[in-house]
Amino acid sequence: MSIAITTQIICFSVLSLVILIGALGVVLLESIVYSAFLLGGVFMSVAGLYLLLNASFVAAAQVLVYVGAVNVLIIFAIMLVNKKEDLKPISDIKSRRIISTSICFTLLSLLIRVDLTNVWSLSSPQNSIGEESTIRIGEHLFSDYLLPFEVASVLLLMAMIGAIVLARRDVMSKDISTGLPVDQELIEKSSEPLLTNKN
Amino acid sequence: MEYGLDLEYSFNEFLKGFGISSEIAHIIWLPLPMLLVLVAAVIGVLVTVWLERKISAAAQQRIGPEYAGALGVLQPIADGLKLLVKEDIIPAKADGILFTAGPILVLVPVILSWLIVPFGQNLLISNVGIGIFLWIALSSIQPIGLLMSGYASNNKYSLLGGLRAAAQSISYEIPLALSVLAIVLMTNSLSTIDIVNQQSGAGILSWNIWRQPVGFIVFWICALAECERLPFDLPEAEEELVAGYQTEYAGMKFALFYLGSYINLILSALLVSILYLGGWGFPIPVELIAKFLNLPINAPFIQVFSASIGIVMTVLKAYLLVFIAILLRWTTPRVRIDQLLDLGWKFLLPISLANLLITAGLKLAFPQFFGG
Repeated sequence: MSIAITTQIICFSVLSLVILIGALGVVLLESIVYSAFLLGGVFMSVAGLYLLLNASFVAAAQVLVYVGAVNVLIIFAIMLVNKKEDLKPISDIKSRRIISTSICFTLLSLLIRVDLTNVWSLSSPQNSIGEESTIRIGEHLFSDYLLPFEVASVLLLMAMIGAIVLARRDVMSKDISTGLPVDQELIEKSSEPLLTNKN
Repeated sequence: MEYGLDLEYSFNEFLKGFGISSEIAHIIWLPLPMLLVLVAAVIGVLVTVWLERKISAAAQQRIGPEYAGALGVLQPIADGLKLLVKEDIIPAKADGILFTAGPILVLVPVILSWLIVPFGQNLLISNVGIGIFLWIALSSIQPIGLLMSGYASNNKYSLLGGLRAAAQSISYEIPLALSVLAIVLMTNSLSTIDIVNQQSGAGILSWNIWRQPVGFIVFWICALAECERLPFDLPEAEEELVAGYQTEYAGMKFALFYLGSYINLILSALLVSILYLGGWGFPIPVELIAKFLNLPINAPFIQVFSASIGIVMTVLKAYLLVFIAILLRWTTPRVRIDQLLDLGWKFLLPISLANLLITAGLKLAFPQFFGG
């Protein structure tokens, strides 16, 4: 066994272990902050797996999008609303747990079945495009995957408009959640910087 | 085959002379450039700290450090030693694990980004194909470390500082990436080597700063904001937040933040010089000088000479930018948080988008000047 293959196997096993343990931690840990940080670790390890598969652009994009944007936003949201209050006790917790466990195990057995029946055709290392992949991804995005690409951009635009509407309550006369008329004076006061009036 | 020194090849040949297989030689070679770059980064930090002290002193009409070594050059080493032997305190109510992991998460991506900084044709750790994109991706990890240390300190100033830092670096990452994209558009490649080679045609005249003046300014402002240097150092604004996310840190953990911010500053300066100021290129092309002196370009003497000129030019340009950053820090007031976010979202973002559009148009209209 050559050194390169040994290194690859070691890296693969370490990354898979981190992914498995991290993912279990995300689900099982009580503290939501730990879960969020562990999620970041899982995303990073997935990026490491992409690197092992010679897909460096996908790995960097994974880090940029999932760690740099998604995970940071999740942590941001947790820190801004992190109240120290216990969750309400749910009445029939036992039966709920049994149902969710059985659903999860059904899903797992389906995935194992898929893994065993499907013939995975792996391209040999000679066929992998490696550094060319950036160009190839761009070509695909603007030819045969153009429609999903454009639809995704519309989705993002919708999300952005929604965020602006939520953030700027003053464009509406009624509060969205309560239906009460909005106190316009309060909004004007809060939207102006404190120092500008004090000349 | 590209011209230029290939140290790795000669090193491998040298080891093969002792009957060592090429695989083992490669493994022996691997840590050497990494260690070299790490040492270079730390020495760069020491020099920058000394410059910061001296220049700030000059800006405020003081003398600055004087007694530690000639002109106080040993002052940063004294600072470092002091931090090294200080007691490592973890506050009683803090979260020990996250408190320790935070500074590491801030420092490691910055050091990893040095992977792509070239000092010459073959003088970099690895010419990865995704090049500059790797740096953008890695620098987006940093906010997690800042949020982590801000949260783990269990201190309201730390938490606010961490949130501010994350908000700032998210909002300035977008114009930064867009101005890099304009350069990549002109180069047709993400690799830093290709970006420098594309600027090497006519010496100083072919540098990207003439073709991308707007991109240069946007990139520099965003890089300063990412480094949390003074017009944008809100996350650690002393008057409001004590020291932001660093408030509870002492000893070596604080030193990691300190190192991280200065290594990041030098890295940003190096990247500005690579993206816009021709990287290792001399203002007059070395080929022209060699031709003028009737020397063959492949002579060993010229090779060594041009390699050392390359390193000197890269470092010189970077330190010129570091000097400007230090001067800015000690002469400009801090912006308010609303001004900071306004500048990022309402000014830099539209400008860098327009710059991208114009670059794409110019590339198609004048392919010989803007990269076909």
